[in-house]
Amino acid sequence: MQARLRADNLTLAYDRRVVARDLGVEIADGSFTVIVGPNACGKSTLLKSLARVLKPQAGTVYLDGAAIASLPSRQVAKQLGMLPQSPVVPAGIVVEDLVARGRFAHQRLLRQWSADDEAAVREAMAVTEVSDLADRFVDELSGGQRQRVWLAVALAQQTPILLLDEPTTFLDLAHQFEVLDLCAELHEQGRTVVAVLHDLNQACRYATDLVVMRGGEIVAQGAPEAVMTADLVEHVFGVTSQVMTDPQTGTPMVVPADRRRRRGARTGQQKVSA
Amino acid sequence: MLRTPGGALSLRVPARALLVGAVLLLTAAAIAVVNLSSGDFPIPVRDVLRSLIGQGDPGTDFIVHELRLPRALVALLVGAALGASGAVFQGLTRNPLGSPDFVGMTVGAATGALVVILLLDGSGLQVAAGAIAGCVLTSVAIYLLAFRGGTQAFRLILMGVGVSALLEAFNSYLIVKGRLDEALAAQVWLIGSLGGRGWTEVTIVGITLAVLLPVVLYYGRHLNMLALGDDTATLHGVRVERSRAVLALASVGLAAGATAAAGPIAFVALAAPQLAARLTRSPGPGILPAAAMGAALMAGSDWAAQRVLPDHDIPAGVVTAAIGGLYLTWLLAREWRRGR
Repeated sequence: MQARLRADNLTLAYDRRVVARDLGVEIADGSFTVIVGPNACGKSTLLKSLARVLKPQAGTVYLDGAAIASLPSRQVAKQLGMLPQSPVVPAGIVVEDLVARGRFAHQRLLRQWSADDEAAVREAMAVTEVSDLADRFVDELSGGQRQRVWLAVALAQQTPILLLDEPTTFLDLAHQFEVLDLCAELHEQGRTVVAVLHDLNQACRYATDLVVMRGGEIVAQGAPEAVMTADLVEHVFGVTSQVMTDPQTGTPMVVPADRRRRRGARTGQQKVSA
Repeated sequence: MLRTPGGALSLRVPARALLVGAVLLLTAAAIAVVNLSSGDFPIPVRDVLRSLIGQGDPGTDFIVHELRLPRALVALLVGAALGASGAVFQGLTRNPLGSPDFVGMTVGAATGALVVILLLDGSGLQVAAGAIAGCVLTSVAIYLLAFRGGTQAFRLILMGVGVSALLEAFNSYLIVKGRLDEALAAQVWLIGSLGGRGWTEVTIVGITLAVLLPVVLYYGRHLNMLALGDDTATLHGVRVERSRAVLALASVGLAAGATAAAGPIAFVALAAPQLAARLTRSPGPGILPAAAMGAALMAGSDWAAQRVLPDHDIPAGVVTAAIGGLYLTWLLAREWRRGR
C-alpha cells in the first residue's frame, strides 16, 4: 500500500532559483520522520511543498493518492497541519484567540465554536504548557513561549499528519526536549510526524525514519541506525566525526572530531582575522 | 459564547465587542433621532419617535419622513458602509493606511462622478453610476499595477497614493475646464455632503449594504486567518487568493456605494475601524463594530455640520475630514511615542 503522503519528481524553486529537481519522497504512515541536512539544502522547502504552501514548479505531492493541489483546501487542512518557521503574528492578539484560530478548518458559518473546538483548544494549550499564558499578548512573549503557542495552534487543528519546521528553534535545552517528547507522544498516539531538525543526535534519538538531504537531493533515507554513519556525516556536512552509540538510548550519536584532526577545519596555521 | 443545546448553532462572540457594538449602534440611532428633531422647524423627540412608528400628525410626518429622514438614513448607512469597507481593507493590507480613501478608491469615484457631471451633463442616478464605475475601475487598475506575483500590501498602498495624486490632478483639470454652474455642482459633490439627499441615495447605499455586508461578514473569519499570513491561512484551509479577491471586491463595492450616495466622505473608512478596534480591544478591526462606529461618526458629523455655524449647513465631508485629521495626527503621535 502506498503511503498517505508522498511526492513525485518535484522541482522546487523560489521564482527562478531552483532549490531541488526530481525530488521524490514517501512519508511512511505512522512514522516519526526527521529531515536533516546542511543549511539551504532544501529541507524546509520540501516540507513546505508537502504542506502545499509552496507550489512545486513541476511534479506532484499526493495525499491519499490524490494530487494535493486538486483537493479542497479545507479537507486537506483536516488531515495535514504544519508548524511554519516564522509565522506572522498580528499585533494585539492574545494567546487563546490565536490558538482558537487553529480550529478554522473544523468550523462552519453557524458552527463557529462547538464543544469540540473548545476542548481541542484547551487540550492543545495544556500539552504545550501555554494555558497560563492564555490572556497574554502573543507579541509580548519570549521566542520560546511564542514557538510553543504556534505549536498549540497546529495541534488545535487535530490532524493525523503533522509537519514541523524546526520546532526546537528559540527553545532552551529543557524546552527542546519537551517539544520533542511531545512529538514522540503524538507519534505514539498514531499520528504521522515529520520534522526538520538541526541536531543530528536529537534526530537519531526521536526519528523512526531519517531523511538526509544535501544540495536539494535526498542522499539517504531509513532507520537512524542504518543510515547514520561517519561517512555520511562527512559526505553531507563535510565534518569528520565518529559515530558512537548513545549511552542513554542506544541510538547513533555523532561526535565531531577534535578540530586539529578535522579535515577542512580551522587550524592553528590559519590566522583568525579580526 | 453562544451555543444551542444540539450544537447546531455555536458562536464565539467576545462580550466586549458585543457591548461596544450595541452601545455604538444606540449612540448612532440616538444622534440620528436628535438630527430628525432639530432644524429650522424643531420637533420634540417624542413627536419624532411617534412619527417614525407611524402615529404622527401629517405635518410632522412630512417634515420627518420627506425632509429629514432620507438625510439621516444616508448618514447612518454611508457611515456603516465606509466603516465596514475600511475594516475589511485594513485587515487585508494589515495596515491602518490601507483604507479606501487612501488607496485611491474614493478619488476614482470622484473622477467617475465628475466625468458624468461635467462631460456628459448627467445628474442624479447617472452621477451615482459614474461614481461606482470610477471607483471599481480605479481599484482594478491599482490592483493590476501593483500585482506582480502576489500582491504586497505596501506596494498596493503606495500605488494607490500615486494613482490618487494623478486622478486629483485630473479632477482639478475637469473642474477648471467646466462651466461655472456645473463646476460649482461638481465642487459641492466633491466635498461630500448630506444636504439634499433623498430616497434615491438611501436606496443606493441601502442596496449596497444589504448585498455586500453579508458577504464580508461571511468572509470575516477568512479575514482573521489572512491576518496570520498567506502561508498559515493556506495551512488552515483558506483558499487565499479567492477569499482575498472576494473581500477586496466587496470592500470596493461598499466604498463605491457610499461614495455614490454622499460623495467622497473623508476619513470615516480610516478612523472607524481603528477606533472600534481600540474600544473592543481586539487585534483586528472587527467588521460589525467598525460599521456601527462608522454610522455613529457620520451621524455625529452630520449633527455638527448642521450646528457648528448657525446659518450655514457645512458639508459633512468637511467635518469628517476635520475630525479624521485630528484623529490621525493623534494616532500617529501615539504610535511614535510607543516607539513603533
